[in-house]
Amino acid sequence: MTESSLHPTSEVAVALELNGNLVHATVPAHRTLLDMLRDDLGLLGTKRCCAEGECGACSVLLDGELVNSCLVLGAEANGGVLLTIEGLSMDGVTDLQAEFLAAGAVQCGVCIPGQVMAAEQLLRTNPDASRDEIRDAMSGNLCRCASYQRIVQAIQAAAVGRRSDA
Amino acid sequence: MATYCRPRTVSEVLAALANAEGRGRILVGGTDLLVHLRKDPFAPTVVVDIKSVNDLPPAVEIDDDVVRFGPTARMAEISGDPFIAGHLPALGASARVVGSIAIRNRATLVGNICNASPAADTVPALFVYGSTVTLTGPGGERTLPLVEFFVGPGQTRCGPDEIVIRIDVPIPDRGHRSAFQRLTRRRGVDLATVSVAAGVDADARIVLGLGCVGPTPLVTDASPPVDLTDPAAIEGAVEELVSIATPISDVRAARDYREAMVRVLAVRAVQSATAASGGVSS
Repeated sequence: MTESSLHPTSEVAVALELNGNLVHATVPAHRTLLDMLRDDLGLLGTKRCCAEGECGACSVLLDGELVNSCLVLGAEANGGVLLTIEGLSMDGVTDLQAEFLAAGAVQCGVCIPGQVMAAEQLLRTNPDASRDEIRDAMSGNLCRCASYQRIVQAIQAAAVGRRSDA
Repeated sequence: MATYCRPRTVSEVLAALANAEGRGRILVGGTDLLVHLRKDPFAPTVVVDIKSVNDLPPAVEIDDDVVRFGPTARMAEISGDPFIAGHLPALGASARVVGSIAIRNRATLVGNICNASPAADTVPALFVYGSTVTLTGPGGERTLPLVEFFVGPGQTRCGPDEIVIRIDVPIPDRGHRSAFQRLTRRRGVDLATVSVAAGVDADARIVLGLGCVGPTPLVTDASPPVDLTDPAAIEGAVEELVSIATPISDVRAARDYREAMVRVLAVRAVQSATAASGGVSS
């Protein structure tokens, strides 16, 4: 299990900064980052749903970018900096999560960790996003309870709150 | 079971592919490869992750008359690049509608051509600009027109011991205009039902790149010069050009619908190209 280069290995040693802590894991070569988080590292907040990049339930921030963790190998996260829903709300419910609750955007809840990660990244990169920009940015996150209107409202409310705090 | 390696140089990549004896798969974004791995988890795939290779060409390199895309050029960079938006608007627009933000943060242009889907979003635009593809293998480099790269659904001329090292997109002359149009069932995160890129040169000759209406993306010959102020002339020219389309019926649309829509989208793409600097609509 040498550090990569020429010889393919069936198991890969991974070290990454996960929610501010350095963690190590040894995972099968084909294991996704999603499955590594849930099954090897015990972080169940990131949800497994379609597992092929259609639904966004497994959204996390890898090296500051939104990714579907079902479409990243655990091995690829070696050396990376990863933020999951657990890391985002380490100090309790965030302002954005509070707005999701206030808007009634959380129905069955399965999609919500992914929705919150995508919305958080949107607010960080485009704090003045218009309604259309929000809808466009969130189009990779499906909600089969169809809370879309309330999710957009929650994001708009969080954006207003952050602007007044700034 | 799959195995994984992360070579440091192009020659190590080629050695890993040679050792894999046809089981090697190049990994950059993984948005297609991981879906295939999941569907066949016990296949002895050798995943060759090339993101640590230090002698690959740069992701995006803009030269006087050509834009070169290396294997790590991601859709997010391409869709957000103002030079590409200005000079290769159909390409920028098509990269902008691939999947979602999370997908575009990972998916690459080179990966999009290597996956060889008939619905590959960026290929009609790459065709319209006359792009070429450069492969590297044990026998050295070779370059071929992108049109010749595709063999059939999921099949390309990239050998099991080769990698695509570059896509070269010639920058069109002043006066060339282009646009992209795409039809989907829902606005975000859907594969195209039909897609069309249109290029109109300074002499008003039209070339169309067509997606989802054949076993590979298709490109037409150039039309004779068309009176772009006359909608009937545009429709007539488009009617001739799209006759190369051979769509099938599948889960996204019936054949008749695709045949009808490819005409509609082609006319819109030509009008959009000539009306403004190009754009996209779904």
